[in-house]
Amino acid sequence: MKNGKVDAIVIGAGHNGLVCAAYLARAGKKVLVLERRHLVGGAAVTEEIVPGFKFSEFSYVVSLLRPEIIRELDLPAHGLQILPLESTVTPMPNGNYLAAWADHDETRRELYRHSPLDADAYDEFGLLMHHMAHAVKPIIGMMPPDPASLSPRELMSLGKLGGHMRSLGARKFYALHKLMTMSSADYLDEWFETDVLKATKAASGIIGTFMGPRSPGSAYVLLHHYMGEIDGAFRAWGFQKGGTGGVSEAIAGAARRFGAEIRLEAPVGRVLVNNGRSVGVALENGDEYRADIVVSGLDPKRTFLKLVEERELPSDFVASIRRFKTRGSSGKVNLALSELPRLTCMEPENIARWGGVPIPPQRYLRGAISVSPTMDYVERAYDDAKHGSFSRRPYMDVVIPSMIDPGMAPPGQHVMSIFCQYAPFAIDGGWDDAKREAFGDAVVDALAAFAPNIRRAIIGRQVLTPADIERITGLTEGNIFQGELALDQLFFLRPAPGYAKYRTPVDGFYQCGSGTHPGGGIMGASGRLAALTILGERP
Amino acid sequence: MRYDVVVIGGGLAGLTSAALLAKGGRRVIVLERRDTLGGLHSTEEIAPGIRGEAVQHDIGWIPASVMEALALDEAQLSLVRPAASATSLLRGGRTLTLWSDPARTARELASHSEKDARAWGAFGERVTRLAGFLQAIYEAPAPEPLASGAREVLAMLGLGRRVRSLGRDGIVDLLRTLPMSVADLLDETFETPALKGLVATSGVSRLSQGPQSGATAFVLLHHHVGAPAGAIRSRAIARGGLGVLASALAERARSAGAEIRTNAAVSRIAVTEDGVRSVVLANGDELETTLVLSTLDPRHTLYDLIDPIYIDPELSEAVRTVRYRGACAKVHLVLDGLPPLGTELLEGALVVAPDMAYLERAYDAAKYGDISERPYLEARIPTVHDASLATAGRHVMSVLVQWVPHRLRAGAWDASRREAVGDLVVATLGELFPGFASRIVAGAVLSPADIEERYGATEGSLTHGELTLDQVLFMRPVPGLSRHATPIPGLYLAGPGTHPGTSIASASLAVKAIGAVRRARSGDRAATGV
Amino acid sequence: MLKTTPFHARTAAIMEGQQWRRWAGFLVASAYEMSHEREYHAIRNSAALFDVSPLYKYQVRGRDATRLLDRIVTRNVAKCQPCQVMYTPWCDPRGKQIDDGTLHRFGENDYRLTSADPNLRWLHQNARGMQVQIGDDSERIASLSIQGPLSRTILEHAIGRDLAGLKYFRLTNATIAGIPVVVSRTGYTGDLGYEVWMEAGDALPVWDEIVAQGRPYGITPAGMLALDIARIEAGLILLDVDYVSARKALIPGQLSSPFELALGWTVSIDKQPFNGKEALAREAANGPSWSLVGLEVDWLTLERLYESMGLAPRLPTMASRVSVPVYDGSKQVGYATSSAWSPLLKRYIALAHVESGSAKPGKELEFEITVEHRRKRATARVRKLPFYDPPRKRA
Repeated sequence: MKNGKVDAIVIGAGHNGLVCAAYLARAGKKVLVLERRHLVGGAAVTEEIVPGFKFSEFSYVVSLLRPEIIRELDLPAHGLQILPLESTVTPMPNGNYLAAWADHDETRRELYRHSPLDADAYDEFGLLMHHMAHAVKPIIGMMPPDPASLSPRELMSLGKLGGHMRSLGARKFYALHKLMTMSSADYLDEWFETDVLKATKAASGIIGTFMGPRSPGSAYVLLHHYMGEIDGAFRAWGFQKGGTGGVSEAIAGAARRFGAEIRLEAPVGRVLVNNGRSVGVALENGDEYRADIVVSGLDPKRTFLKLVEERELPSDFVASIRRFKTRGSSGKVNLALSELPRLTCMEPENIARWGGVPIPPQRYLRGAISVSPTMDYVERAYDDAKHGSFSRRPYMDVVIPSMIDPGMAPPGQHVMSIFCQYAPFAIDGGWDDAKREAFGDAVVDALAAFAPNIRRAIIGRQVLTPADIERITGLTEGNIFQGELALDQLFFLRPAPGYAKYRTPVDGFYQCGSGTHPGGGIMGASGRLAALTILGERP
Repeated sequence: MRYDVVVIGGGLAGLTSAALLAKGGRRVIVLERRDTLGGLHSTEEIAPGIRGEAVQHDIGWIPASVMEALALDEAQLSLVRPAASATSLLRGGRTLTLWSDPARTARELASHSEKDARAWGAFGERVTRLAGFLQAIYEAPAPEPLASGAREVLAMLGLGRRVRSLGRDGIVDLLRTLPMSVADLLDETFETPALKGLVATSGVSRLSQGPQSGATAFVLLHHHVGAPAGAIRSRAIARGGLGVLASALAERARSAGAEIRTNAAVSRIAVTEDGVRSVVLANGDELETTLVLSTLDPRHTLYDLIDPIYIDPELSEAVRTVRYRGACAKVHLVLDGLPPLGTELLEGALVVAPDMAYLERAYDAAKYGDISERPYLEARIPTVHDASLATAGRHVMSVLVQWVPHRLRAGAWDASRREAVGDLVVATLGELFPGFASRIVAGAVLSPADIEERYGATEGSLTHGELTLDQVLFMRPVPGLSRHATPIPGLYLAGPGTHPGTSIASASLAVKAIGAVRRARSGDRAATGV
Repeated sequence: MLKTTPFHARTAAIMEGQQWRRWAGFLVASAYEMSHEREYHAIRNSAALFDVSPLYKYQVRGRDATRLLDRIVTRNVAKCQPCQVMYTPWCDPRGKQIDDGTLHRFGENDYRLTSADPNLRWLHQNARGMQVQIGDDSERIASLSIQGPLSRTILEHAIGRDLAGLKYFRLTNATIAGIPVVVSRTGYTGDLGYEVWMEAGDALPVWDEIVAQGRPYGITPAGMLALDIARIEAGLILLDVDYVSARKALIPGQLSSPFELALGWTVSIDKQPFNGKEALAREAANGPSWSLVGLEVDWLTLERLYESMGLAPRLPTMASRVSVPVYDGSKQVGYATSSAWSPLLKRYIALAHVESGSAKPGKELEFEITVEHRRKRATARVRKLPFYDPPRKRA
């Protein structure tokens, strides 16, 4: 044996892998984390792409990080500091705009300007979403029961779930059913009449998915926005100070503090299996590490189709993993800016023209700019993608982290993070440099339509297509959720029926990435539940 | 005049209900606004001396219990199941046919793809198994997951048992399949584009969704409830037109003592807080009754026939948000000859849906209120089965065109737009059958707006509300009303807008619901000694 | 940025301590003077002038206006004559209270509904299938409330005519400084008082005229702190303080019915179907399980509790909106939602929700108070509401 034996090896230092490692180490296990890259975080990293400009290269906002993880790992002591993201401004094609602010009265006043009825509906909608998020929360924190099993334990777990559903009462139960089965466009149509409001809300429902806002199944993601808010003390959406990599660093710090070792630039080539049991891993350079427990934080396709010999896995399981949908749909453009963008619609005279309330740029630029001017705009962006090209006019979620955390850029200069959709991984003919730059140009053009000075302000640009995301982070097809968050891939079906509880067909080999329940976003729940499973604890 | 039950609507749901209720000894009258019975399933004169299918093309599912209760049999209804279920019309005169015999389909597929030919049988069995499960649910009152009481718990347990009878893999398959897109389902299974296009139509038919939309796999299963084992897209049609079925049901109703009145439009249902009092006709006639079964679509019934103060605002809101979104236009073509396909193929459905991308693009237009430039077509030629529907040498081709949105992006439906739909159909078929246009001797077009106006179907929805996962079972027509009773005592709903989304089955369940309530009431009386 | 009311130019000019607060997205005065005490006494002694423009106001007109309102509110609108005002709550379909406000009937088919919360959507949702026009007048109409024993005299001067004929909860058209206004004999103080309604653009001259005419009579612009004490004395409940709207309740325990809010008298069970009718009829038959009551804290026990800590009783001069537990023996039977020292009655009073078994007037309960950081219980007795009800209110 070339290296000493540890209790557990975690493959990949993404945030879920780190959470899992931290919990295992906290329970007294000797843990080794092996990371391919030179830094921890996976898709939650901060990198200085342009000298002096720090970018949250991929994942850029923190919203759903589980409060119990923050508490149990004492992440603030290791540097977690979330700064609030306050507002969203959506420029409209006619020169008008829609803004949503942190303050209720301010938001109501703005909505009222667009539709008095929607101003009323907005409060009721928010309250219902609060109820829904409250209803879903225990499901996110639970091990998914197997509905097909007849074991008493599974039946009890199912019964508990049923009891929970019934306890919601009729109105909330039906509302939840609608949220799970409807399209976000249809769901929002039931509530609102203001197109730009619906478009902006619906856009948040398609992030990372390969669905358009009019496809059933997209409404559920609307809930995510409200999920963070029910935990009271924690801000819903925000930036990690110093960039998203800081979240990973904080978790890594906690893991190390509990005694875990994290080894960088140590790419795992395969999982060593002996008699149906994992016994360790081999790095790409041939080095072997032994452990009774091996946990993969990589996505299910990479985990089972690349790291494990096919003969070690049942064929129907391999078939399930093969058909697990991982269509990447999002890209990212990171800009270094010499000056702040100026939104034409937020110029004082334009605000006055539309009867809005004057707001200084320092205020609205601390929030997001949503390029989702109409529902049709977002839907057409999807049409491009489903027919094999990137969106000529993409939906974009634009934020300027340096407005909130000046340390992200040299004084007076700024970093801008543009999340864009759709950029399908499976673009006709495949991605190449020319297409990447064309996509970057499309993004800048779409933004320049509302902020003309943006072109002049750009002093550095990084365009990330799903192919780039796959290349850099290893996420299959660049899917930011390690697998689509569609109803047929959630809960006990994530990633494959019978294997939704972090176990795998190989004894001693576990999975902990967001390709497992509940998955998606910087939530950490998968990593925590996986660790608890390994430790034999109930969550 | 006093009736035990007034049934509103003389379509299949209304006639079935009336026949079942009359057989149960109730004094029943059916009120039909039009002069013909059958509603969307009628057979009507479309040109002098020539009759065709008014809107719908096939019968859908008739539960065996109804066949039995009304002593109907397939032969007597002139039902036929063509050997060729559906044929996809492809470029260059090629076709791909789904046969009612799965083995024959597999043989045909082999020339396209060995893999698909091998997968066909299992796919048919899978659809049969999953649709069979839906059928079991559809034969019972809608499951109410929140209902309490011993009977409900038993019903849910029964359902649970039925689920378990699918076996572990079956359950997982069901739960995984329901929310899927039909495109994903077919991409997982097959590789031949033409096959996937043809089968995908079952997932999007009559619906404002495309094959890549979520939960369209459920729609495919729904359309296979009651279908013969292993057969995909096999549907019974009636020799002599679907009107035959309406006539047979009307005859059953009349012979059991029901009265059927046509040209009898209902203007309102008079209610008090105690419940239904009477039904008032447009001509001023008032029929006294304490029981009304309306088979009009739920929005039509609850919004247009009932004084709004009896519909509480939450129910009203739920009714408002039901999606209808008619997606089809109907085109009737009178031909002086048949397309060159051979009789066997002409007996089944002729489909223009060469691949899933074609369907998807056709749907894209509808999202923005446009008519598909290259539409999905479903055509049938009833005269192939019964020449007497037309004058000598003439044939009728009945075409459902999709997507043709009810709500256009700009402007309203008018004659020129209607004409354009007709031209589109002729052009589309003309590309597949050279010289097709010259065979046409007459034609007629019904836009979704025409279907709404003529058949009272809100927004021209042929299913009285979209059949999507959020609008079925306990959600259909709206939460709380899935068991056919309404908050207004004595007012019941049936028709495809109610559970389980098909006319005849809904009628049978609604009639049972009426019976169940009456039993419960007389039980109360017995218990209290009144 | 908060909205300012049409009177802001005047109210800002007299504001001494920048004591502003929010009300329905508007900036309004808590108190204009450094202390609200004189403002309070004006209500009971001369006349206080309140800017109540942030109230939500909806216009309902058209053939089915009466039917629409009747299916929404619990009172029988058909009995509301033109030029009459009705105070009424309204409920959701389960009979739980959503809001309360006043309904002004200007003509056969012409109404204004005022409310504490937005209700535009609710009106629209109820109006489906009816011939009505619903307008949001919240920002179009400004309103002033002039309350107190001299309010009639002042207003008579301002409009130049006698108001003796204007009975309690009636309204009339008038002009002030040549500006058409509506005067209703209504208010939120339980005293003689009026509310004056005008176009927002006419607000300032109306204010000026009323203040000018009122000056010889001691008219005093007053803020929300003074109003809060007066409304507790009058036993008038406040949404979001004394009850949670059925629209906003997070759990069933937060819901209240009109019966539970001492508004059973507003529920007209015999009229046409209205929201919550069935549930309310059941509740009328069975009796509510909770009751809103007045509580009067026994001064002697209060004194004793402070004495035990070596202190003299010290009570806040402001009304409190902090929920306070109420006990019957060892069991908590309810909670007080509003409480205040009444400078007029010289009593410590509260509005409380108690289980109906403990709601009989005279019933002795215990009211939690905090004395020098320690929780104590003072004896409190259930009192009939209102605490203060001067004959001039209706005379």
